[in-house]
Amino acid sequence: MAQTQDIELVVNGETIQASVPVRTNLVDFLRDHVGLTGSHVGCEQGVCGACTLEVDGVAVRGCLMLAVQANGSQVTTIEGVSAKLVGRQLQRAFVEHNALQCGFCTPGMIASSIEYIEQGGASDRAAIREHLSGNYCRCTGYQSIVDAVVSVIDKGAAA
Amino acid sequence: MKAPDILYECPQTVAEAVALLSDDGRFCQPLAGGQSLMPMMHLRLAQPEVLIDLNALAELDFIEQVDDTIHVGSMVRYTTLLNSELIRRHVPLMSLSLPHVAHSAVRNRGTIGGSTALADPAAEMPAVLKALNAVIVAVSQSGPREISADDFFQGIYETALGDDELVHSIKFPAATDQQRFGFYELARRHGDYAMAGVAVSAQSINPYTGLRIIFFGVADQPLRATGAEAALEGSMFKDEPAILEAQNALPADEFTGDVGVSVDTKVQLAKVVLKRALLAM
Ligand SMILES: Cc1cc2nc3c(=O)[nH]c(=O)nc-3n(C[C@H](O)[C@H](O)[C@H](O)COP(=O)(O)OP(=O)(O)OC[C@H]3O[C@@H](n4cnc5c(N)ncnc54)[C@H](O)[C@@H]3O)c2cc1C
Ligand code: FES
Ligand code: FES
Repeated sequence: MAQTQDIELVVNGETIQASVPVRTNLVDFLRDHVGLTGSHVGCEQGVCGACTLEVDGVAVRGCLMLAVQANGSQVTTIEGVSAKLVGRQLQRAFVEHNALQCGFCTPGMIASSIEYIEQGGASDRAAIREHLSGNYCRCTGYQSIVDAVVSVIDKGAAA
Repeated sequence: MKAPDILYECPQTVAEAVALLSDDGRFCQPLAGGQSLMPMMHLRLAQPEVLIDLNALAELDFIEQVDDTIHVGSMVRYTTLLNSELIRRHVPLMSLSLPHVAHSAVRNRGTIGGSTALADPAAEMPAVLKALNAVIVAVSQSGPREISADDFFQGIYETALGDDELVHSIKFPAATDQQRFGFYELARRHGDYAMAGVAVSAQSINPYTGLRIIFFGVADQPLRATGAEAALEGSMFKDEPAILEAQNALPADEFTGDVGVSVDTKVQLAKVVLKRALLAM
């Protein structure tokens, strides 16, 4: 018998109530219970960064938090990032710069990039690479991802 | 894989948390940042019956100065430490080490208490605690007790902490004007665990006095190199022969290899990180 708990949280502006097994991690909950399959699951060990999303304004690994721990929190997934200007800018820049191929890493890359830009990160390729070092991309070779982030910062329109 | 079926408790006070932990009937495990415990549960390396979530314990989330001591609660996250002016000013060795711990999203959740309790031999925090002669405050239902970092770390994932105890906080001596600190690590990729690293504190550097040289990622626990400390004691800053002597005085017989890095390589890397840390102090 699964041990379950009732939770209530706000996901992309919408209040969600659910009864979840304690062992369910946040990203599985969002994908399987809420139906938001934008956040991806690669390793479930915190290593690949594909599940990175925002909880209460902070970028976290969705696979390393239990859904019950997000009780009472505000969660933003890739489906919700276009509510913010910087999210829309990054989406456009990723397309313009070919910063995605298969797109598996993209939701996590965008979440980590938003955090970098919102913290006032400089348009410095080395610093951007360092900030994104926890996000794996198996397709692009990273160059175009850094290009996209640089272009958003250089336009100087961060939120 | 997925985590095992578990029960969940989210105590609101430390007293409640230690009462839950003292329950002998069930295997309870504290959950701090979850940045190590969650992967371990997914791999079924950890299978607690009950998770005691510490994240509601505001009592454990503080950084404060009490006279010459900087007192840090166990639930303080790496990101908070990185942004703390008090830490930058008074525990500079920690500030040097923090950018090397994992990646931003992991640092946003991972805690100093979790890293201390876990005692991963390749982790930065245990070495920093040991280099600074920090004191770990443990708490159980019978009250608090203090354990020096020298006695706390005992082996791979092994500490002096009892099953019914929590890491409550850590006390660091505030740095004096004469003290200097060095930190260097070699990892395959920024933010990965180190292949070899070193944390150094010195009462003074010209001449070198009162050194504590602690390696991590090279043995089953943070490893103090007393031979290297003795080789440097009394010589002048950046003195090449003394540094060479220190490099040759590493406790190589206590080194252990790991996947992909042999003992011989670790010894060589340890010499390199020691020299780089010393020159940058
Ligand atoms: C991709 C990735 C890269 C990483 N890279 C590094 C790195 O380079 N260097 C590094 O040092 N770490 C690294 N880590 C680990 C990270 O630093 C962890 O956060 C840390 O080791 C454990 O802290 P936590 O708060 O997450 O603890 P948790 O994972 O919640 O707990 C760890 C263990 O400590 C116990 N515990 C936690 N808090 C307490 C307490 N207050 N009292 C008693 N027991 C307690 C738990 O029961 C558990 O056994 C990495 C992790 C990931 C996912
Ligand atoms: S799935 Fe979470 S980091 Fe890989
Ligand atoms: S675009 Fe395929 S993994 Fe990054």
